[in-house]
Amino acid sequence: MKRTQRKRKEQLFIWICRAATWSAIAILLTLLFHVMREGIEWLDLQFLDSFPSRKPERAGIKSALWGSVWLIGLTAMISIPLSIASALYLEEYAPKNRWTRIIEINLANLAAMPSILYGLLGLAIFVRYFDLESSLWSGSLTLSLLVLPVVVIAAKGSIRSVPLSIREGAYALGARRWQVVFYQVLPSALPGIMTGIILALSRAMGETAPLIMVGALSYIAFLPEGPSDPFTALPVQIYNWASRPQDEFHGLAAGGIIVLLILLLTLNAGAVFIREKLQRYKS
Amino acid sequence: MNDRLVDKQISLEARDLSISYGEKQVIQQVNMKISSHQVTAVIGPSGCGKSTLLRTINRMNDFIPTFSMEGEIIFQGRNIYGPYSDPGVIRQKIGMVFQRPNPFPKSIYKNVIWGPKINGYTGDLQELAEDALKRAALWEEVKDRLNESALRLSGGQQQRLCIARAIAMNPDVILMDEPCSALDPSATARIEDLIKELRDNYTIVIVTHNMQQAARISDQTAFLYEGDLIEYGVTKKIFTQPDKKKTEDYITGRFG
Repeated sequence: MKRTQRKRKEQLFIWICRAATWSAIAILLTLLFHVMREGIEWLDLQFLDSFPSRKPERAGIKSALWGSVWLIGLTAMISIPLSIASALYLEEYAPKNRWTRIIEINLANLAAMPSILYGLLGLAIFVRYFDLESSLWSGSLTLSLLVLPVVVIAAKGSIRSVPLSIREGAYALGARRWQVVFYQVLPSALPGIMTGIILALSRAMGETAPLIMVGALSYIAFLPEGPSDPFTALPVQIYNWASRPQDEFHGLAAGGIIVLLILLLTLNAGAVFIREKLQRYKS
Repeated sequence: MNDRLVDKQISLEARDLSISYGEKQVIQQVNMKISSHQVTAVIGPSGCGKSTLLRTINRMNDFIPTFSMEGEIIFQGRNIYGPYSDPGVIRQKIGMVFQRPNPFPKSIYKNVIWGPKINGYTGDLQELAEDALKRAALWEEVKDRLNESALRLSGGQQQRLCIARAIAMNPDVILMDEPCSALDPSATARIEDLIKELRDNYTIVIVTHNMQQAARISDQTAFLYEGDLIEYGVTKKIFTQPDKKKTEDYITGRFG
């Protein structure tokens, strides 16, 4: 009697979990389906290779696409070395005292900050104070600030999980501290760090609010030639199109979303590939 | 095995060595001379301080913030804890094999050459790796797959790889901290044979909780109990006619 009841509870629990998983997937699929249906007809080479226009049939995402590529490239270049170095310092070198505790707590707080606040910060510091104007520099530096705490936290966790036995083995061979950190700890932690970077950069790629704050323009009829040029980005362009009343522009927005998704998936696939390669020696 | 005792050089010497972690003293006033080209076993019940003693020899306890010590450990005429001694250099000359095999997550080849490489070895690394793996009795098993991950080896092979890694540094002393405790009996037997061979070229200090092992492979045995060196001498004598009652009680299994 009791036993069948427990079994029933077990079954019920499994079904609740299953339903939760499937509903999440179903929502995602509905979204995808909706976007595909609306956007697929706009998706052609002309769309990819044209600048935005007032006439929907001639509008494209060339400047937004390249703007996003520039933006993510610069953000990666700024944030990856900074965050790995900070994480290494905090985990391996910093004394464990009140100050490091405060820094660590604030890292967690920063990671949870709404992104528009980063936009305001970027506007005040990069655009105004450093006079970088609404350039790719301002955009990527702002996004780097947004990404940093997330990557530092992920990297710290990954560094901490490198087993003590590996460090001991290295020290026992006469290695100096920097050699242990650089040649043993860092390579072992790298796959985990990469995961954090992938997640954070993907998030940065979809960010709209901070970019609008630092003044990413939505109508740009040229490609940026360097980091000091003004720019627009995919999510900004999508936001712009989606907020117009005409139906054709909603189709364009859906097309832009598809391109953004494809870009994201390619980026992630590439990063996962690199990560798997790095992980080759982990049994 | 035991008639090698006459007139050997002293490799390591502990003088009035006391070790504490914070307030807690774990080793008291140990005086001990370790002969070169001999296998010296340190035995005793869990928590008697044998691993602490071993790790103090190559300064692996430096990483523990509460660690403190008094007395001296003399190696090659100098105090290991002297003001001018460099832990990095000491660990190059005094290698260590740990309780659990801890190969690096790299290829077998890279595991062996990593130590020499970072310490500026200028000779032929390939040759060095082959020689070290042969001395560790692992070459035949791995020669065709040197570029495979070391983590794919069996536990016993991994431990022999760790021994090869230590040998590749060409140390004078190899410290072993219960090197067989994570291994099955046949892997243990191979490591024991290996230790007996290594004695010709290296001074070996081995901590073991296994008294039979100490009796099988060591020339000298030290018995530690609650941080005191109770008895230290030729292995055969310790195991057949110990001077102290405590030693006899321990080796006959009355406690431990």
